[in-house]
Amino acid sequence: MSVEVPQVQVNPVAELPGGGGPDKMSAHHVSVFYGSKQAIDDVSIDIPLRYVTAFIGPSGCGKSTFLRSLNRMNDTIAGARVEGEILLDGQDIYRSGMDVVQLRARVGMVFQKPNPFPKSIYENIAYGPRIHGLTNAKPELDNIVEQSLRRAGLWDEVKDRLNDSGTALSGGQQQRLCIARAIAVDPEVILMDEPCSALDPIATARIEELIDELRGRYAIVIVTHSMQQAARVSQRTAFFHLGKVVEYGRTSDIFTNPREERTKDYITGRYG
Amino acid sequence: MPPAILFLLAFGLSLAGWLAARSRAWAFQRAAPQVRLHSLPGYHGWYVALWVAVPAILFAVIWTSISPGMVSQSVLADPAAASLPAFGFERDTIMAQARDVASGQAQGVFNPVAKALIPAFQAAMTRYQIIGLAATLVLAFAGGAFAFLRLRPEFTARTRVERAIMSLLLIASMVAILTTAGIVVSLMFETARFFGMVSPIDFLFGTHWSPDPMSAGAPDGHDYGIVPLFWGTIYIGAIIAMLVAIPLGLMSAVFLTQYASPRLRQWMKPLLEILAGVPTVVYGYFAALTVAPLVRDAARAVGISSASSESAMAAGLVMGVMIIPFVSSMADDSIAAVPQAMRDGSLAMGATKSETIRKVLIPAALPGIVAGVMLAISRAIGETMIVVMAAGASANLSANPFQSMTTVTFQIVAMLTGEGSFDHPATLSAFALGMVLFLVTLTLNFIALRVVKRYREAYE
Repeated sequence: MSVEVPQVQVNPVAELPGGGGPDKMSAHHVSVFYGSKQAIDDVSIDIPLRYVTAFIGPSGCGKSTFLRSLNRMNDTIAGARVEGEILLDGQDIYRSGMDVVQLRARVGMVFQKPNPFPKSIYENIAYGPRIHGLTNAKPELDNIVEQSLRRAGLWDEVKDRLNDSGTALSGGQQQRLCIARAIAVDPEVILMDEPCSALDPIATARIEELIDELRGRYAIVIVTHSMQQAARVSQRTAFFHLGKVVEYGRTSDIFTNPREERTKDYITGRYG
Repeated sequence: MPPAILFLLAFGLSLAGWLAARSRAWAFQRAAPQVRLHSLPGYHGWYVALWVAVPAILFAVIWTSISPGMVSQSVLADPAAASLPAFGFERDTIMAQARDVASGQAQGVFNPVAKALIPAFQAAMTRYQIIGLAATLVLAFAGGAFAFLRLRPEFTARTRVERAIMSLLLIASMVAILTTAGIVVSLMFETARFFGMVSPIDFLFGTHWSPDPMSAGAPDGHDYGIVPLFWGTIYIGAIIAMLVAIPLGLMSAVFLTQYASPRLRQWMKPLLEILAGVPTVVYGYFAALTVAPLVRDAARAVGISSASSESAMAAGLVMGVMIIPFVSSMADDSIAAVPQAMRDGSLAMGATKSETIRKVLIPAALPGIVAGVMLAISRAIGETMIVVMAAGASANLSANPFQSMTTVTFQIVAMLTGEGSFDHPATLSAFALGMVLFLVTLTLNFIALRVVKRYREAYE
């Protein structure tokens, strides 16, 4: 079953409507294998700066796998292999000599289940800046912690208990802590793997607001199971099915006027 | 004969009760198929079986422990006992001889007084056996009948059996606690006797240890100072051995969980754990014949002329290797138990593998690691054979690891197996040493628990 992947016309230099910028990352003909099993088949996608790009699709369609290949988190899985090229600012992140540590500092990640370290709130945020040697001076570190927590909209809730354990926060707060942790190393791209799937609707709404605020500074990629969420927060949407991208384009087009029959079936809830 | 047969009887009866109750529950079911039994028939069976067995066995246990006393009482009431010595050692011996013959454990006895008592013993024993047997049977039947008559379709047998299982588990867990208490109590009496002869101050703070098991008269408290022994124990078991075991054990655990391929791990982990199964005597040989000469030559080569061929260093090194598996096994389990999400979170921040291990995995696995280290220290402190063979017997209070030293456990063995009589302070000092060692390890464990509680990074 081969599907023609329609190339969306993304202007690489000019400003996009809604504040979008030039492409931060682009994947060209990417395939991912787990051992002999192919999880991603020839996917090409561009990720513009200052946009939220949503990956939707049924479970097991490969969207999380593809997301994890964008900061080489698949490297930690034995037998995983990536073919094709993924460019970050025009440079292939899978080229030999690419420093994975640097890459992950530039392409941060937030996971499905909040996973704060079992350390204090302060230490959770300071972890990244410390390992990357951004600063060792206490006042500067304090400043980074405060700024990150402010940007993640968590500062007012935790400023009086920075020494409490990060795991003592509520689920939604933990997830915002993880987002604050990710932005503390000043990344350029933030990958979010179903960041709201373990949260209640109020915490979800809070995270969605946050994503919208953050997109002014970063390129954001979000994997989500919720079509409403994709429609609410993203400007670009890619529909994955069986390891391929069926359709990729403006979110408004995908949801109001999909080109592909299968996209339409999925977003109208006929399968998936 | 009685105890074994009583127990068998109790089990047989309870099996019968189990079968009877279960078929009665089935009968309920058949009689009224529309009414659901509250509990499965098997639970009714267990309920009755427990009521048959538990009271009967409890009685049998109590009876076996008190009936010898009752037998003696009734023998003493016999006219033949009038010629017994009034009290004391001789009287007990005669009674014991007669009892042994009566119960068939001895062939015969020459003492005429004892001989005269034999028929009385035989009669009394038979009488009490029959009483015991009858009472056990009555109890078993009474318990069974009581339980059996309570069976109804709506009877909550399951809940009651579950409660019985809980008490069984409670008893099982009490055994370890009671044993510990028993050890303390048994040590306490001998320790108290020892401290009656040697002042605790001399004992605890004295720096000279050379008790003479052959000495007569009042002991000299200055020969009973345990400081050198505890220094040797700590130096060999908790310092030198731990300097070897903690880094090596931790590093091998990190390698096995984080770096080794599953296949390598599959054969390396069991291989490492074989170390724990090697008898300590074998380690002792190894320490005495191979490591100790090497250590001595190496020390002399670098100019430490006082290096002895029995040294704390040799014993400590080998002991450290011996307890690597204790550290690595516990550390391995607790590192492997840290959720994958923690690792992913750290790696996704751009941390390297070793940064992730140092800053996230090990802090999160700390309780398990400390538990492993504590186990290892307790093991090292209690270790005797390696010390006997490699560290020597002289109680030196010295920081030089190439000198011979001795430990508390070694001295406990030496004092108890020495030629001194049992009530000589040198022999009794073994109990006091054991007591102090017990208290020291208890304190160590307690401190470690508190430390872990304070510093652990709980990920749940």
